[in-house]
Amino acid sequence: MAIRFLLNGEAQVVEAAPTVTLLDWLREERHLTGTKEGCNEGDCGACTVMVTDQDGARALNACILFLPQLDGKAVRTVEGLSGPDGDLHPMQQAMIDHHGSQCGFCTPGFVVSMATAHLNGRTDHDDQLAGNLCRCTGYAPIIRAAEATEGAPVPAWMHEDLAALPDAPAPETPFIPRTSDDLAEWYAANPDATLIAGATDVGLWVTKGLRDLSPIAFLNQCADLKGIVTDGETIRVGAMTSVAEFGAFIADRHPSLAEMIRRYGSVQVRNAATVGGNIANGSPIGDSPPALIALGATLHLRKGAARRSLPLEEFFIDYGKQDRAPGEFVEAVSIPVQPDTLRVYKLSKRFDQDISAVCGAFNIVVERGTVTSARIAFGGMAGTPKRAARVEAALTGQPWTEATIAAALPAFAQDYTPMSDMRASAAYRLETAQNMLRRAFHDSAGVPTSALEVRP
Amino acid sequence: MSVHKPLPHDAARLHVTGAARYVDDIPTPADCLHLAFGLSTVAKGRITALDLDAVRSAEGVVAVLSAEDLSPNPDCSPSNHDEPLLSDGTIHYAGQPIFLVAASSHLLARKAAAKARVEIAEEAPILTIDAAMAADSRFEDGPRVYAKGDVEAGLARAVHVIEGRIEMGGQEHFYLEGQSALALPQEGGDMIVHSSSQHPTEIQHKVADALGIPMHGVRVEVRRMGGGFGGKESQGNHLAIACALVAARTGRPAKMRYDRDDDFVVTGKRHDARIDYRAGVDAEGKITGIDFTQYIRCGWAMDLSLPVADRAMLHADNAYLLPAARITSHRLKTNTQSATAFRGFGGPQGMVGIERVMDHIAHSLGVDPLELRRLNYYAPAKGSGQDGEAAVATPGGRLETADLAGRGSVKVETGAGHATRFGGAHSPVPSTEFGNTTPYGMEVEDFILHPMTEALAKASDWDGRRARVAAWNAENPVLKRGIAMTPVKFGISFTLTHLNQAGALVHVYQDGSIHMNHGGTEMGQGLFQKVAQVAADRFGVGIDRVKITATDTGKVPNTSATAASSGSDLNGMAVKAACDEIRGRIAAVVAEELQADPASVVFEDGQVIAGGASMPFDEAVKRTYMARFSLSATGFYKTPKIAWDRIKGQGRPFFYFAYGVACSEVVIDTLTGENRVLRTDILHDAGASLNPALDIGQIEGGFVQGAGWLTMEELVWDDAGRLRTHAPSTYKIPACSDRPWVFNVALWQDENREDTIYRSKAVGEPPFMLGISVFSALGNACAACGPNFPDLQAPATPEAVLAAVKRAKGTA
Repeated sequence: MAIRFLLNGEAQVVEAAPTVTLLDWLREERHLTGTKEGCNEGDCGACTVMVTDQDGARALNACILFLPQLDGKAVRTVEGLSGPDGDLHPMQQAMIDHHGSQCGFCTPGFVVSMATAHLNGRTDHDDQLAGNLCRCTGYAPIIRAAEATEGAPVPAWMHEDLAALPDAPAPETPFIPRTSDDLAEWYAANPDATLIAGATDVGLWVTKGLRDLSPIAFLNQCADLKGIVTDGETIRVGAMTSVAEFGAFIADRHPSLAEMIRRYGSVQVRNAATVGGNIANGSPIGDSPPALIALGATLHLRKGAARRSLPLEEFFIDYGKQDRAPGEFVEAVSIPVQPDTLRVYKLSKRFDQDISAVCGAFNIVVERGTVTSARIAFGGMAGTPKRAARVEAALTGQPWTEATIAAALPAFAQDYTPMSDMRASAAYRLETAQNMLRRAFHDSAGVPTSALEVRP
Repeated sequence: MSVHKPLPHDAARLHVTGAARYVDDIPTPADCLHLAFGLSTVAKGRITALDLDAVRSAEGVVAVLSAEDLSPNPDCSPSNHDEPLLSDGTIHYAGQPIFLVAASSHLLARKAAAKARVEIAEEAPILTIDAAMAADSRFEDGPRVYAKGDVEAGLARAVHVIEGRIEMGGQEHFYLEGQSALALPQEGGDMIVHSSSQHPTEIQHKVADALGIPMHGVRVEVRRMGGGFGGKESQGNHLAIACALVAARTGRPAKMRYDRDDDFVVTGKRHDARIDYRAGVDAEGKITGIDFTQYIRCGWAMDLSLPVADRAMLHADNAYLLPAARITSHRLKTNTQSATAFRGFGGPQGMVGIERVMDHIAHSLGVDPLELRRLNYYAPAKGSGQDGEAAVATPGGRLETADLAGRGSVKVETGAGHATRFGGAHSPVPSTEFGNTTPYGMEVEDFILHPMTEALAKASDWDGRRARVAAWNAENPVLKRGIAMTPVKFGISFTLTHLNQAGALVHVYQDGSIHMNHGGTEMGQGLFQKVAQVAADRFGVGIDRVKITATDTGKVPNTSATAASSGSDLNGMAVKAACDEIRGRIAAVVAEELQADPASVVFEDGQVIAGGASMPFDEAVKRTYMARFSLSATGFYKTPKIAWDRIKGQGRPFFYFAYGVACSEVVIDTLTGENRVLRTDILHDAGASLNPALDIGQIEGGFVQGAGWLTMEELVWDDAGRLRTHAPSTYKIPACSDRPWVFNVALWQDENREDTIYRSKAVGEPPFMLGISVFSALGNACAACGPNFPDLQAPATPEAVLAAVKRAKGTA
C-alpha cells in the first residue's frame, strides 16, 4: 500500500503496516521527536498534531491515529509550526514570554493544540486544551499565553496545507472505501474484519491490547456516511459524523446535550470519534447513547444490500453484546425533531475528559403541571446504556412535583443494579442517579444546580 | 545583575519548538535494543512455572532474561537491598518485574513480553493498613515515636477534647515523560547511561554494582526530565540497571521506557496514610495537648519510606505551637507498589493531619477556623511581623512586582494578589509559656506567618467573603460554597544530614564564555536557569555567556538527589563557590595590571573594574590565561547549622522553614458531590527570590498538584491487589479547567534570615501543601449542609464529598 499525505508541507508516500500509528512513525521512522508519547491512549495530548483536510484543520492525538487515516490529508507537527525561516509561531513566543513551559514534555502538544485553536479562531481555551495534560504549571501561564495571542494574525504558513492537499488514489490495501456501497459489499464478504472509524477506542486495541486487527477497513473516506441531514421531522446523523460536528449541530436544538458533549473526551477525541462508533462499540459508559435513547433515536443498520432500523435501546442487548449481525454496520442514527425538554447529566471524578461514572439523560415533557411523557436513560448503571422503564412509568401521568419525584425514586433500584468499580461504588451510582432526577426537577424550577455555572 | 530577574526557563525555546531532547529522543545507533519487563499480575505468591519459550521465539527478540540468568540478581533499592531487579521466585506485588525482554523495537519487546506463561501459587496478599497492622507487617521493629511534654496532662487540662480519623489517598506522579534509560556500552567494559533521573549518582552507583565494576567505569548523564516530582529519585534504577546489563551482555546499546500503564503498575507513588488524632484545647481555643498516630502504607519494599514517614512526623505540627505532643508512626509493609518520594515527601500527609484537627476544633467550638489557626501559631520571628516594617522590606527593591506584569493571575478580577499590597497589621502573639519549639525540639526562629496571614486575609477579603459565602448558602438549596485559609511551614534540608552537600564545576574559556556544571538535575523546575543566573551574576556578565550543561557524574561526583527542594540552595552555593574561586584569580591578575587592591575588584556589566579603570571581561580572562592561571574550578557547599537524631527525634533537622498561606473558595453540588475551586489567593515565601517568574511557576503548579491529590486523584486497588487506575483514562490529574477560576499568586517580600544563596528560599515542595486550603474549603462547604462535623476524607472525590454532606446532615 502507499499512503499519501503532507508532512509539514512536504509530500509523503508511505508504505507501512496499517496499524502503525502516526506517533511511532514520526518518532521512529522520521526521527521527528518533538511529538511526544505521554500515555499512548489519547488521554494526555502530548502527541497532538494538526491535521488538515477539506473540512479544515483540527487537533488529533497521533498516538491513536493510524497512517491510513491520513490518506490525502496534511499533518503539521510541532516542528512545522515555526515559519520557513525559523520564525516562531506567535503561540510559541507567547508560551516563552508567559513561562508556559516547565519540564517541557507536554509543551509541543500544547502549542499544537493552541496554534490549531488559534487558526480556527477559538478562544474557549479551557475547552480547547482539556485534552492536554500538564503536571508542572497548573495551567495558569499556558492560559495567559493563549489569551495574549488572541487576535494575533495567523502566520501565512499555517494556511498553506489546505491548498496543497495531495491527490490520493485509493490504495489496494488496507481497504479505504469511498462509499458505503463499497463498504457494504466488502464487509459482507469479510465479516470478521475490523472497522475503524475514528480509532479512539480501536486504537487502544493496538497500543494497549497489542492486537492484530486484520483485515481492516478504514471508514473515514466513506463520504456518504458523514454528515447530518434534517427534513423538519427527523435529524439523520451519519455514522461517520464526528462527535465534534454533532455537538456543534445539536447546540441550538438540545443545549444540554451539547454541554455534555463539551465534556465528552477532549477536542482531539471529539475530532476523531464518531457518533456511529460510539454506538457500535457497545460501551456501557459511552456518553451519547443515553441522550440519544432519551430523544427516541432510531438506529439504521446495513448488511450488504439489506437495511433495517430499530429503536436505539434495542441495539444494546447485554454487556459486550449488540444486535448486530456479522458483516452488518451502523449507517446512521436518526432523532425525531422535537421541542427541547432534554437534560443530560454527566458525572465523573473530573469535569473534563473523564469517562462517566453515571450519565443520565432525562427527556421529561410536562404539560399543565403533569408529566405527559418521560424517556429516561442512563450510562454506567448497567452492562449497557439502558432506559429507566419503571422510573418513567412512575412519573408518567403524575403531577410534576417533589412528591412525585420522591415516589419515583425507589423505582431506580428496580431498573438498575449498578456495579462498583474504580470510578464509583454501586451505592453511589444508584444514589446519584436518583439525585439526578431531583436535579432535573430543581433545574426545571430554575434553582441553580450546576457547580460549573457558579462564579467566584 | 542577573539574579532576582524573571527570566524564562533556560530551555523554553527548545520546549516550544519540540527541540528539547529527553532520553527517548536521543538518536541511537541502528543496532539499539529495546527492553520491556514481563510483570506479575498477582500480588503475592511463589512462581511455580515460568515458560518463556514463546517470548524467545517472538518476532524481533534478541534476549530474554529471568532471575536464573542473573548471578547475582542486581539490587535496585536505594536503601535496604530488598529490591531484586527480577523476581527471585517470590512475588511481592502485582506489577513486579519477573523477566526482561530485549528486542529490536519497543513495540516488539512489549508484544513479546505478553506471550509469557507464568504460573504463580497465589497467597493472600496484605493490602491495607488494617491488614498490615493485624499481621504486624512493618518496616523497623515497631512504631517510631517523637514526643514533647506531657500529652496526657495536656489533654487532662483541656476544656474540650476532639477525636477523629482522617484517611488520605496516595498519588501517582504522572510525570508526563515516563521512566526511561539508555545505556551505551564503551570500551573496556565501561558504560555511559542516559537516564531520566533526579539522582544520577544513585544510577551510577546501582549500575556499577550491577555490572560489578567500580563507579569510575560508569558515567551517567541527565540533561533534563519531563517531570520528576520525586518519582524519579529512585524509581529509575530498574530501567538503568536493565539497560546496562543488556548492553554489557550484548555489546549493543539498550534503551528502555515504560509504557504508561506499566509505569503506573511498576513504580511507587505517594504514600497513602491514615492519621488518628486526639486533641485538647483550653477555654481560649489554644491547643493543650495532641496525640497523633500516623499509619503510613509503604508497599512491599523499604525504598525511601523511613525518611518519608519521618518527615510526616516532622510536619505534624505545621505552623502551630503544640505545648505537648506525641506522634506515633507506623511504617506498614503491604503487597503493593513500593511507595516512594513525592513532592513534600511525607510532609503533606503530616500537615493534612493537623489541619484537619484545626477544622475539627473550629467546628466543635463554632469559631472562625482562621482565628483558631492564628491563635495557635508559633511566636513570630524577632524583627519580623510584630513591628510590621521588617516584613515588607524590599531589599534593593529587586522584587518589584512590575517584573511580574501579567503573572498576577488568570482573569484577575479583584486585583488581589500583588505583593505590594501585603504586610499590614498584626496578629495576636501566642503564649511562649511552652517555648517556641517543635515537637522534635527545634526552636522556630523564623516564623513569619502572622504578618503573611494578616496580609492575605486582607487581600482576599477573608471576613467579607466568609459572610458572603454564608449568605449565598442560605439562598441556595442545592449548591453550597465553602472557604478556607490554611498555612504552610515546611522544613528545608534533607533530614539525612550528610545529603546536604553539593558540588559544581565551572570553566571559563579563553573567549570569556563560561561552562557551568553542577550536581543538580533539571526536571522543569528551572534550577539550571536559576543557577546560571548566579554564575552570570558572580562574573558580572549576561546570562547568554553561561552555557548550561547536562548533569554528568563525570564532572561533579558524589551528588545528592535533586530533591527536598534543595536544588538551588545547594547547587547555587556550590556554583557560587566555584565562580568566586575563578573570580579571585582573575581579580588578582587584573588588580596587578591596574595597580589596584585585588579585594576592590568588581565584576559588573561585562567589565572587570579596579580602582578607576576597567577592562572587558573577555580581556581580563585572556590576561589571566596568559599569566598562566587556571580558569577552571570546582565548588563545594554544605548546609550549616543542622544536626539531627532521627531515632530520638531531637535536634535541628532543618536549616530554615519556608512559609506560605492560601485562601481557597469552592462550590459543591450536594446532590452528586461534584465540586470545583472558584478562587484561590496565595501568598508565598521564596525569600529574596532568585527568579520570581520561575518561583511563581512552582507555586501555581505545586498548588494545583496538591489540590489534585486531595480531590480528584484517586488510586484504586482491587481486592486482589491490582491497581485499577493505571492510566490517565482512569486516574485523573487536574485538567486545564480545574485550576481556580480566579488564581492570584504573589511572593512575600522578605529575605531569608539564614545565609542562603542570595537570601532566597527553596520553593519546590512547600507550595504543594497550599492545596490543603481546597480540601479544607470543601469540608467547610459540606459543613454548610447540616449541624454535624462532615468528616470529609481524602481524596475528596464527588463520592467522598457526597458522603460528607450526608454526615453533616445526619442522613449518612
